[in-house]
Amino acid sequence: MSDGSHGPARTIGSTEELLAYSLAMETEAVERFNDLADQMEMHHNYEVADLFRKLAKIEGLHIGNVNRASAGKQLPSLLAWEYEWEGGEAPEGGSMEDAHYLMQPWHAIELAMHGEKRAVAFYRHVAETASDEQVLKMALELVEEEEEHVTLLQQWQERFPKPVKGWDEDLDPPTMLE
Amino acid sequence: MNHDTLPVQLQPKEYKSAIKPVWCPGCGDFGVLGSLTKALAGLQIRPENAAIISGIGCSSRMPTYLSTYGFHGVHGRALALATGLKTARPDLTVIATGGDGDGFSIGGNHFLHTCRRNPDLTYIVMDNQVYGMTKGQASPTTDPNWQKGKLTPAGTGINPFQPLVIALASGANFIARCSSSDSNGTAKILMEAIRHPGFSLVQILSPCVTFRPEQSEWKHMLEPSPKEPTSDPAEAARRLLKDHGLYTGILYLGNRPVYQPKLESTIDNIEDFDEEFRL
Repeated sequence: MSDGSHGPARTIGSTEELLAYSLAMETEAVERFNDLADQMEMHHNYEVADLFRKLAKIEGLHIGNVNRASAGKQLPSLLAWEYEWEGGEAPEGGSMEDAHYLMQPWHAIELAMHGEKRAVAFYRHVAETASDEQVLKMALELVEEEEEHVTLLQQWQERFPKPVKGWDEDLDPPTMLE
Repeated sequence: MNHDTLPVQLQPKEYKSAIKPVWCPGCGDFGVLGSLTKALAGLQIRPENAAIISGIGCSSRMPTYLSTYGFHGVHGRALALATGLKTARPDLTVIATGGDGDGFSIGGNHFLHTCRRNPDLTYIVMDNQVYGMTKGQASPTTDPNWQKGKLTPAGTGINPFQPLVIALASGANFIARCSSSDSNGTAKILMEAIRHPGFSLVQILSPCVTFRPEQSEWKHMLEPSPKEPTSDPAEAARRLLKDHGLYTGILYLGNRPVYQPKLESTIDNIEDFDEEFRL
């Protein structure tokens, strides 16, 4: 799994800007988890598909939280590549390249947890570099929130056995056909 | 090129069709699909004003997954189709997509002559250095020492095709390399490629997780080009010939005239059309 990105590459100057970053991060996460659920359904891995779908719903609730916090504020409108994520990608979405058609629920939660840890690092970096008191306060709240998500995911993951070596071996691999 | 601004901002997901990709989970092509939708949304090109044309292969399924017009054509013939479409409908944004085998082997001759002709197209090549759909044979860009292909267990022993060098020598007007793992950076470059007049080649290193799992390391190996894009073909040639294949970014920005023949309508009615086919 790829290393966590922290960032952004520069200081966030206002709560509006921080909320725009949060919104982009959560929106990307919803889309990413839904895409992963689609992939798993396509490859008949329904248990993991359901899990990704649940993760997408949970991230959708976070979008609601960001929208409520943004009420009455004018957030900056940025294109995807104008967000200065360190490493280029929003931290929370999880890497599509870490997916595998034989992956198990444990892996899916691991992938999600990796994203949440990156989100913690992102908000912590924002807090550490904040020059605005409101940005600092909001970033620390978000750090706490993301840390709670990490704990919840750890508890969820404990319900599933850690896959043994060779989990990805397939003696009858799929063939793509036109 | 048509970059109409819409009254309501289209979002990237609105460029996706209802058909879900059948690519292997982990395939880099998912990232390219995401980048392309972000680029189209960035330019706010209406779906009905864009056409995605492809040949055959895993990555050539791209048109199916987009809400634009599309043509999933014949193996290696994406650029011939795309050139014809752009010639007849210069108002459309025409993008050809495909893989390294489709584009550089089966379609190799079309590739050379499309670079030479310089129509206002963007060609996205998802390069994974393998024929994935047919279960993992060496492709034109495969390293000569790759020994995992069942047909070439001792490696091909053949120098790989250098698409960017060939494109430059043949007259391509915009040359870039990106990574499927950098979805946002690739989206930005695709937007620039679509905007740039003439033939734009964007090579996207897109891992095949099934037959080339070692390519998942690419994301740790790629690095931005240390130099700004050049418009000097001689300088670009020097850079590309020394290039280790892992620099990303826009590598060449040309300014050659675009191929766009004047269209003169010769057909006013069905009788005239019939007449054209009379022996």
